[in-house]
Amino acid sequence: MDGNRRGFLKAAGFTVLAVGTGTVSVLRSARARPDAPTPSSQPAGANALVGKRWGLLVDTTRCKAREGCQDCRRACHRAHNVPDLPEPRHEIKWIWTERFRNTFPDAEHEFMAPAILDRPVAVLCNHCENPPCVRVCPTKATWKRPDGIVMMDWHRCIGCRFCAVGCPYGARSFNWRDPRPFLKEQNPDFPTRYRGVVEKCTFCDERLARGLLPACVVSCKQKALTFGDLADDRSEIRRLLASVRALRRKPALGTMPKVFYVV
Amino acid sequence: MYDAGKILFGLLVLAGLTTLPVWYNVARGKAGPQPQLTVGTTEKQCVLPTAEMRAGHMALLDEWRTRVVRHGEHATRTSGGREVRMSLTNTCLGCHAQKDQFCDRCHDYAAVKLTCFECHVVPKRSK
Amino acid sequence: MIDKALTGSRRYWALVAGLGTLVVVGFVVYLRQLNEGLAITGLSRDVTWGFYISQFTFLVGVAASAVMVVLPYYLHDYKAFGKVTVLGEFLAVAAVLMCMLFIVVDMGQPMRVLNMFRYPTPNSVMFWDASVLMGYLLLNITISWTALGAERRGEHPPRWVKPLIYLSIPWAFSIHTVTAFLYNGLSGRPFWLTAILAPRFLASAFASGPALLILLCLLLRRTTRFDAGREAIQKLAQIMTYGMVASVFFVLLELFTVFYSQIPEHMHHFQYMFVGLEGHRFLVPFMWTSNALAVLALVLLLNPRARRREGVLAVAAVAVFVSLWIEKGLGLVVTGFIPSPLEHVTEYRPTVPELLIGLGVYALGFLVLTVLYKVAVTVRERLAA
Repeated sequence: MDGNRRGFLKAAGFTVLAVGTGTVSVLRSARARPDAPTPSSQPAGANALVGKRWGLLVDTTRCKAREGCQDCRRACHRAHNVPDLPEPRHEIKWIWTERFRNTFPDAEHEFMAPAILDRPVAVLCNHCENPPCVRVCPTKATWKRPDGIVMMDWHRCIGCRFCAVGCPYGARSFNWRDPRPFLKEQNPDFPTRYRGVVEKCTFCDERLARGLLPACVVSCKQKALTFGDLADDRSEIRRLLASVRALRRKPALGTMPKVFYVV
Repeated sequence: MYDAGKILFGLLVLAGLTTLPVWYNVARGKAGPQPQLTVGTTEKQCVLPTAEMRAGHMALLDEWRTRVVRHGEHATRTSGGREVRMSLTNTCLGCHAQKDQFCDRCHDYAAVKLTCFECHVVPKRSK
Repeated sequence: MIDKALTGSRRYWALVAGLGTLVVVGFVVYLRQLNEGLAITGLSRDVTWGFYISQFTFLVGVAASAVMVVLPYYLHDYKAFGKVTVLGEFLAVAAVLMCMLFIVVDMGQPMRVLNMFRYPTPNSVMFWDASVLMGYLLLNITISWTALGAERRGEHPPRWVKPLIYLSIPWAFSIHTVTAFLYNGLSGRPFWLTAILAPRFLASAFASGPALLILLCLLLRRTTRFDAGREAIQKLAQIMTYGMVASVFFVLLELFTVFYSQIPEHMHHFQYMFVGLEGHRFLVPFMWTSNALAVLALVLLLNPRARRREGVLAVAAVAVFVSLWIEKGLGLVVTGFIPSPLEHVTEYRPTVPELLIGLGVYALGFLVLTVLYKVAVTVRERLAA
């Protein structure tokens, strides 16, 4: 079968690539990108959004989370079949809010207005340029795509939770139990998960492939979220980043987050 | 080897027991019943010819999974030249709408546990 | 040789049955965990590793400590260790086995464990850890079994094991170093982000391992005709003393760096451990017990006259073992998660099912150890007779 031959050639190619990059990655250690797929001849889909380095800007001054707005979280969690678990310790979160003081522990001081210190800030996976989670994963179940998205393969994850330990931003959730009973409705456009795997935001890779912006971005009536290609200097996000003072979370760690904040 | 005779006899009995279903069918002189599948569509052609699908659908699904998840490719061309989305829930179950009369029947028959739908959603259809 | 484990006294069979029962109980609870998921443990989104991984970490140390008898015996031809070496190696075998089981019971998808080798990932320390543990297990099984077999026949061990023995020495250091690397290469976890973690792991291993071996030797002398010899036990006591001194010293170095530099995110973890944080103090009584036992052990061990009395030595060995078990098997892993990177304090305490599964793994390890020691002891008793 043609598929078999194609699959075999691919597997063989990737093995060579993986071994090659693997060896180099030990020497270079940090920016390893094993399993890097070769540029594909197949289109992701005719009208797919294609970028070189996707990023997100969160304008907390526009965000209405203080007034109880949960639009982005609801849209995201509905789109990705993220369950609502009753016990906080088992919670699964792709995008949620943390107080300013917890999000930017380096930027707070005691004379700051409580309104700022306690302001809710939307947090999600930072899709780091140099992601610690990818470095520690023992099976390449999580990796960085050429367009910068830190992706997950739930078929491959063994549930060791090393990525959750390695993430400095608490962006990863583990399925401590079967999530399905806690889903009010199932979105057929996206799989649910099985107990025992880790999950997180994937910058809506499945929506980008269909030419749609991430669900959180589209759902925000305040236009507080701007998504775009950081490699494109004419993109909206680049224009905004050049004109405002934007922060990233824990920049000293060298992870180079691609989620930026206006505070 | 001590007790070689007893050990060999025991092994023979074990081999006989495990292959019992085969001997049963041989003695009966005909093969066991085949599962009856409901294809569930009027579409003439699957993404590959039927014989290839029957023999190799798991390899195809595996390839689709790798391409979608790991390489970010979402569309593919069928052997008939149609462009389809590589999606188990939307494309495969889009035609084979009755999973319980298609996937499950054969898999139950062959006693091969199907884990796909522990995550992939089976759409509810009013039929 | 294994047939030696198939005949034994009543007491032997009672021990085997007792451990076997615990294994079965643990296994039944594990089936429940497989079915319901890790939600039956006390783990949470904030504290993602707990009792299982802590035991794994502690037991890697016990396994590595076999080198403390192998090295003097084979490298320095220290004859007094002639009898305990095989006991040390068998202890390493049982400990590595428990390590692997603790990893497996901690996994969310244990059926996919082979993915680690189907998709080998050299940039992940976990890949290396799994590889070196597997290698260490094979090395120790091969070496100890061959050596004991040769001894039974009154021969020297075959020449081909010599290189394996030499290889096993650096290998023992590697397993605990790599285990430390699991933790101390993570930028987001300041508690472990310290280059002294690997030396600290090794030092505490070279105290807790010999402590257990001393206790096992004393136990064997009381229950069988096998005597490891006074000199060997005293030498182990000396090694344990050095190990404990180094371990405590390294902890003090850590405390100096953290509290003199006054970096809050480094201090918070130690505060949680020793005085509690934001009213959460679950670990505090345990950690002070560990500290008190460490002081007691040092007082007893640093006095040679006390150390030479075997009753005192036994007390000191228990103190060392329990102190370090609390430090590594309870405090070290969990504290790294408290507070979380988002500065939340979520406490962790193991649940009953979690402890039963852990107990089952320990029981299985000690069952293997019992069987191996039975073989060793019987071989030696026959030789003596």
